[in-house]
Amino acid sequence: MEFDALMLSRIQFAFTIAFHIIFPAFTIGLASWLAALEFNWLRTGNPLYRTLFRFWVKVFAVSFGLGVVSGIVMSYQFGTNWSRFSEFTGNVLGPVIAYEVITAFFLEAAFLGIMLFGWERVGDRLHFFATCMVALGTLISAFWILSANSWMQTPDGFAIENGKAVPVDWFKVVFNPSFPLRYAHMVMGCYLTTAFAVAGMSAWMLLRHPHDAPAAKLAGSRRSLSMALWFATIFVPIQIVIGDLHGLGVLKYQPTKLAAIEGNWDRMANMPLRLFAIPDEVAETNHYEIGIPKIGSWVLTHAFHGVVPGLKEVPRDERPPVWPVFFSFRIMVGIGFAMLGLGLWSLYLRWKGTLFSNRPFLTAAMIMTPSGFGAVLFGWFTAEIGRQPWVVYGHLRTVDAVSPIAPGAVTASLLTFIVVYAFVFGFGSYYLAKLLRRGPDPIEDIRGDDLDKKPKRPFSLPDEGLEGRSRHRAQPAE
Amino acid sequence: MFGFGMEHEGLAFWLPLIWSGLIAVAVAMYVIVDGFDLGVGILFKAARSGNWRDRMMFSVAPIWDGNETWLILGGGGLFAVFHIAYAVLMPALYVPIILMLIALIFRGVAFEFRFKADRSKFLWDNAFFFGSLLATFFQGMVLGAFVQGFATDGRQFTGGTFDFLTPFSVLTGLSLIFGYGLLGATWCVMKTTGELEIWARRMAVRFLVATVLAMAAVSVWVPFLGRQIETRWFSWPNIAFLAPIPLVTAYVAYRLLRDLEEGRHVRPFFLAVGLFLLGYLGLGVSLFPYIVPPNLTIWDTANTVNSQLFALVGFAIVLPITFAYTAYAYYVFRGKVADEISGGGYGYH
Repeated sequence: MEFDALMLSRIQFAFTIAFHIIFPAFTIGLASWLAALEFNWLRTGNPLYRTLFRFWVKVFAVSFGLGVVSGIVMSYQFGTNWSRFSEFTGNVLGPVIAYEVITAFFLEAAFLGIMLFGWERVGDRLHFFATCMVALGTLISAFWILSANSWMQTPDGFAIENGKAVPVDWFKVVFNPSFPLRYAHMVMGCYLTTAFAVAGMSAWMLLRHPHDAPAAKLAGSRRSLSMALWFATIFVPIQIVIGDLHGLGVLKYQPTKLAAIEGNWDRMANMPLRLFAIPDEVAETNHYEIGIPKIGSWVLTHAFHGVVPGLKEVPRDERPPVWPVFFSFRIMVGIGFAMLGLGLWSLYLRWKGTLFSNRPFLTAAMIMTPSGFGAVLFGWFTAEIGRQPWVVYGHLRTVDAVSPIAPGAVTASLLTFIVVYAFVFGFGSYYLAKLLRRGPDPIEDIRGDDLDKKPKRPFSLPDEGLEGRSRHRAQPAE
Repeated sequence: MFGFGMEHEGLAFWLPLIWSGLIAVAVAMYVIVDGFDLGVGILFKAARSGNWRDRMMFSVAPIWDGNETWLILGGGGLFAVFHIAYAVLMPALYVPIILMLIALIFRGVAFEFRFKADRSKFLWDNAFFFGSLLATFFQGMVLGAFVQGFATDGRQFTGGTFDFLTPFSVLTGLSLIFGYGLLGATWCVMKTTGELEIWARRMAVRFLVATVLAMAAVSVWVPFLGRQIETRWFSWPNIAFLAPIPLVTAYVAYRLLRDLEEGRHVRPFFLAVGLFLLGYLGLGVSLFPYIVPPNLTIWDTANTVNSQLFALVGFAIVLPITFAYTAYAYYVFRGKVADEISGGGYGYH
């Protein structure tokens, strides 16, 4: 591997986007989760929902802030590091990206301020509207950026003039073949990421207290856990179906990527479902393969004798690196089925009435807090590494997309990004952990709750008990 | 227009003009709105008393994210309609842009982290100050690099990594610090009360003097860049149309100084904005129609007509709505920030 501007730019892009995607993946779901909580508060008047909103909105604010700052980097990197990509695709993708900025980013940003700081100023209804607009903004944002990404995977609606892509049919550009299912798969992935993060964090908060602790202390975590698990139980199976349908699209439009995902070297019918193998790119074969006969063909084509394309059908220089694609995909699917398992387990415990007290289950849920992030990241590795050696599938190679920049400059920027992101991410996680340690406030006395939120007051110490805060509240604060 | 772009007809002529106008508006919006909140960050370190820093931060916390979105629109807009300019400029400005982005990361997360920290609060005070200061400085350098021009061959940047770094771009970097500091100080005059407001007034005067001196220095330097920008200003009849720009600038600066002394609250901020717009207009006059000076014009770098039109339709529909709700967000948080920051009105922290 040669560390030229190309390789360094690839590493930098992969690093910065992998870091970035973590936050939108969480906040897309959290925004809708907040809207659901506030809707329940307005509908039922149960202060528990308002308390939960005020808790999760803090988690949202930290994550959203990190998403914004790491996202601005992305909008400039297309130019700084991938100027020839920008030149080739600008006529087509430029407007798509601009639509994202103007229809989504401004919407999120304007209403975020009102959502975080404006409740007392605008009243309940307008505040709820602001929360909905933030949630809508995140979904619109995902719409455009996934449209652009899908176009790179399955480009459509364009012609090539003077070596550059020019738009011919905008509808086909935006709704290119892989877009609808990719969008559905990603948004559902984000929702599930949030569901498992909320469930896991709530489980952790429950585990920290004996289950006979004051009901008010546990009510918020219990309600969060229950709502998140209902969502996960219902939507994980749906996500698996969407993923399967999305896979059919890969088979149709990106056969080489599919062959890499399956570790399939020769075009064949009755392909086994390979659970494990060590793909060998030099010998063009797999070692230690463990598979279930015929099921692979059935999963992909919905017929046992279905024919699956092989890697050897294209020259070596048009194949993606096989093992990262092969393994990323299996990790993603594995996480998906673990999620399914946790959902079924939660149903069983609900039936038994021990959902909030079964410690093995709560521990499992806690361990699965980052499962959605993992699934999203490994899904992206599959999709993006599988697209190689192309940056625009079949039309522009990654090698030909990089900027004319000095390797030294990219080395320096890459190292800086790694240090800065590690620093920022470290502190972000630390503050998030502090928030979670404190947990949602007890629900009694909502006015007192407000007064407790004095921004000037340093954040409660991690070991501050319930008594400490009650004493504080008992003082005449007005 | 003015003899430029005549080889293009119809939409191929007009669309780049319309789009350069729209992007100029987006950049102006960015410079004004993020200018004042970066300026608040620049003043931050010097604000030592009591809860000044909290109040300053609260004056921009609900809106900074929207302000920074104009920067994404600037970058995204360039990619959207002048993608060739984007492809040439970004590699040329690699170092200052990456450094600006990193500085923005630090100041952006400071908004969240500062209120969640106790022992580590000083860290985020510094992150907010240095982040704002350096982001501004590198933006100013980008501006200077722009006025200097770029080495290009056809549609490729052919210069070196550090071409941007010259005494002139260092001067424009410093100038922008003074300018944003002025915007931030007049913003604080408008949004705060008591001792903090009085202090902000004093800072505003200092930054105003520095800004005016910097504008003069940049103006004097430009003819020595060898870009023949001065011939555009001093040739007849241009001089008759353009002479008012420096004159009005001088008057606005004088009016701003008087306003600050007379204790006005709101008008100083808008006069500072006016000062910025005049400087911006001067820049526009100097550079038009080059988007990658000195060789590539807006017509050389524009997307296909179809592509520009597709983006324009959306912008025509969405931009007014965007302006409306952005204005509404500002309206919600109108008025001065209270002396005592407490209670529910200041949100979720």
